[in-house]
Amino acid sequence: MSPRPDSFGRRLLPQPVLTLAIVALWMMLQSDAGGGTLLLGLALGLLIPIFTSVFWPSRLRVFRAGAAVRLVGIVLYDILVANIAVARVVLGNTRNIRPAFVDVPLDMDDAYVATILGSIITLTPGTLTIDIDMDRRIVHIHGLDVPDPAAVIADIKSRYETPLKEIFGC
Amino acid sequence: MIAEAIASLLIVTGAAFVLLGSIGLVRLPDIFTRLHGPTKATTLGVGAIVAASSVAAYAVNGDISLRELTIPLFLFITAPVSAHLIGKVALKDAAARRQN
Repeated sequence: MSPRPDSFGRRLLPQPVLTLAIVALWMMLQSDAGGGTLLLGLALGLLIPIFTSVFWPSRLRVFRAGAAVRLVGIVLYDILVANIAVARVVLGNTRNIRPAFVDVPLDMDDAYVATILGSIITLTPGTLTIDIDMDRRIVHIHGLDVPDPAAVIADIKSRYETPLKEIFGC
Repeated sequence: MIAEAIASLLIVTGAAFVLLGSIGLVRLPDIFTRLHGPTKATTLGVGAIVAASSVAAYAVNGDISLRELTIPLFLFITAPVSAHLIGKVALKDAAARRQN
């Protein structure tokens, strides 16, 4: 299915997932969903990955849309619930909180997927990605109120890392 | 009328969470805990305000616009990057101070 390295198809379409994402984004930004809009979107979707291919050393091979939709649902739900928890921390006695640094061991090799994981950690309230260390394979995170570091790690691994590995097949 | 009520409720909710982010910025003790406030305000706060805009647009024009969705989308992509960079610098700075 996937073309040989440096084959013509690979050079023309280095990042098929990125191409699809750009076309979808372009269609969202335009108010009319006509053929001309789609054509321009396709042109951008084809050209941008080629011109930015230097920034994308690895190529996403798998993308399971169903699992991605499920992960987005989990993340949105967590943002909603955990925001209220952070609100309570902020309004309560801020001297009683236990901020802590936690190292979450990574179970993947792809730096881009790790970056997505890091972004999700930052977006969900209570945790913040400080550093992603692909050599030591850890995500260095800061928690606003961490009574139990092991629980935070287990939460991140089961809620976000496992679905991400399923989506990108790594 | 109902749409107006829903949109108002969403705006107030969103504004409340943005305010909470700012209060967190003032009340929390150090740079790492303070970083939590603003990154969260953008997620739920802006999300709710954008949802209000979608509801209002639907009530007025009767069409569902996907364009509003690109605002939280870009915010969700960019907010972690700035938080990540500030956190990384703060960590390096703290390490340098400890050595001196």
